[in-house]
Amino acid sequence: MSQDIAYLPRLRFQELLDTLKDAGYRCVGPHVKDGTILFDTVDKVDSLPQGMTEEQGPGFYRIKSSSNERYFSWANGPQALKPFLFAAEEKLWSAGRDAENHIHFTPVAPEAEHIAIIGVRGCDLAALRLQDQHFMEGEYVDPYYAARRQGIFLVAVNCSHPADTCFCVSTGDGPNASEGYDLVLSELDDGFIVEYGSERGRFMHERLNMQGASAEQKEKADEELNSARNSQHRHLPPGNLRDVLFENLAHPRWGDVAERCLSCSNCTSVCPTCFCHSEAERPGLDGSNSEHIRQWDSCFTPGHSYIHGMTIRADTHLRYRQWLTHKLGSWHDQYGRSGCVGCGRCIAWCPAGIDIVEEVTAICSGKGMGNEA
Amino acid sequence: MKHNPYLPYEAEIIERVEECPGVFTLHLRFTDPEVQANYQFQPGQFNMVYLYGVGEVAISIVSDPQEEFLVGHTIRGVGRVTNGLAKLKTGDRLGIRGPYGRGWPLREAHGRDIVLMTGGLGCAPAVSVIHYVMRRREQFGHMVIMQGVKHEDDLIWREQYSQWSQMPDTQVLLAADVAGPAWPFIVGRVITLLDQAEFNHENSTVMMCGPEIMMRFTVENLLQRGIPENDIWLSMERNMQCAVGHCGHCQYGEKFICKDGPVFPYDELKEFFGTKGF
Repeated sequence: MSQDIAYLPRLRFQELLDTLKDAGYRCVGPHVKDGTILFDTVDKVDSLPQGMTEEQGPGFYRIKSSSNERYFSWANGPQALKPFLFAAEEKLWSAGRDAENHIHFTPVAPEAEHIAIIGVRGCDLAALRLQDQHFMEGEYVDPYYAARRQGIFLVAVNCSHPADTCFCVSTGDGPNASEGYDLVLSELDDGFIVEYGSERGRFMHERLNMQGASAEQKEKADEELNSARNSQHRHLPPGNLRDVLFENLAHPRWGDVAERCLSCSNCTSVCPTCFCHSEAERPGLDGSNSEHIRQWDSCFTPGHSYIHGMTIRADTHLRYRQWLTHKLGSWHDQYGRSGCVGCGRCIAWCPAGIDIVEEVTAICSGKGMGNEA
Repeated sequence: MKHNPYLPYEAEIIERVEECPGVFTLHLRFTDPEVQANYQFQPGQFNMVYLYGVGEVAISIVSDPQEEFLVGHTIRGVGRVTNGLAKLKTGDRLGIRGPYGRGWPLREAHGRDIVLMTGGLGCAPAVSVIHYVMRRREQFGHMVIMQGVKHEDDLIWREQYSQWSQMPDTQVLLAADVAGPAWPFIVGRVITLLDQAEFNHENSTVMMCGPEIMMRFTVENLLQRGIPENDIWLSMERNMQCAVGHCGHCQYGEKFICKDGPVFPYDELKEFFGTKGF
């Protein structure tokens, strides 16, 4: 019988993928693509970003060679798990119109593919938990999200190489994966410590038939996590920021950040928790059918707050304020915690290099600038 | 599998009424009798109305909740979908899903005076309350119906207001900002009607729907008269696309107007009410 805390030498890493494939999963893992690291189907461990790392900063992301042979010595690319569950665009239903002008609605059957995602980080799991709450745990269950969610097997990786933009320690979501995974890996120089977090994870764990990890290996993994923890220098102000943010709606910093913000929506696209989407109609050219789709939307677009002839948030400063006060403020009321998991993607992928940590720190240091009339 | 919350049902236009230029009412019936039989709503709730090939729009329900065979929507043509809906005729088909949201607090209002304060097409979500109260007159106290319009020509349901004003224990007050000499009612803002409204300040439920600026001044005025914050209910409107709290457009602070509202007591709204950007 396999040990709960087991060790898988790097040379056997392919077996993990093979075991998952044998169990009926399509394996998805990180690839170097388009100058970044993106998730895609992976059959062979050779296609993982071995020996790669990345450099991230405000408005900056570059991949480069690392000085080791590890597969996961990088923090994150622009994607999180979000696109695998909450699709960037999908058809919800279609409507057909017959010769008598009667309308027939046909729902799209939600797909339920079995996918094993390899290389999920603590921040991604925390974000997934929030999206689960939003799409599945309210009064209405989103059938598309729920179907995909059911088919997902999560192989997490404890994050040993946070990027300069990461601040998951201050949100409590990393660098280790603490819950919500099926398997979790801690990568060492010559292999992985493998643990399970669910019954189906345990099933795979047993099938891999591994030796127990040694005390030294566990100690080394702990050391690496500690050093990852200590390497983070960005920290959100502590606690629930809801009240302080809403007491500072008239803070001059909103105007200041609006001077820099392009209102481009990059931050909301890469944010693993942003859930806004619009519904749109795509009529066929011959008029006999029409597709009803949804696609990611953003509170940075003018259309987001449009209502019969007026836009509630016409200015960038109101849009940035909406995004930040929601993410770090009203999210607490909605889902019991902040909507930020500290992944830092919004910092790296902002073309203007706006740093959410810096902005919120400046705003929260304001002593209640009052409500703007 | 549970019903897909995004999927509309087909409905047929049984009657179309032109209320005034640009405003029309569609009386609809689901083409599937089972759907029609199971359809129930509370006054103040809304439906998503789908125009084939164009899209959906959130519209409040004006019909009487007791009416088993028809669902009514009074609509002003202002956008892509509503201007398209304006062109539909009797017998045409469209899509409906709903009802959604929290309606007016009618159970809580039992035994109390009912004060309706509406502006423009804000009268639409309130009219089902009037029907509701009229059918159960003995369960409620005095009812004051106040409606204001910009121009006298914008007043719809004039006949009905006149009928309601004949009903026992019912006061109807109408105002137009702009009106000619033949206008028999008040010329001025709807808020000026409050001075004539007769209701028990300690035991009334106020229900309000209209432009936010109108609701803001009215709330202020009511609070000055000593009406408690949680006796003042407002129907709010924001961009709504999914109607089930998923799409994110209608957020108002922590509220999703579509599922937490659209009707709220003032004390739930006051933190952001009137603040630009919410």
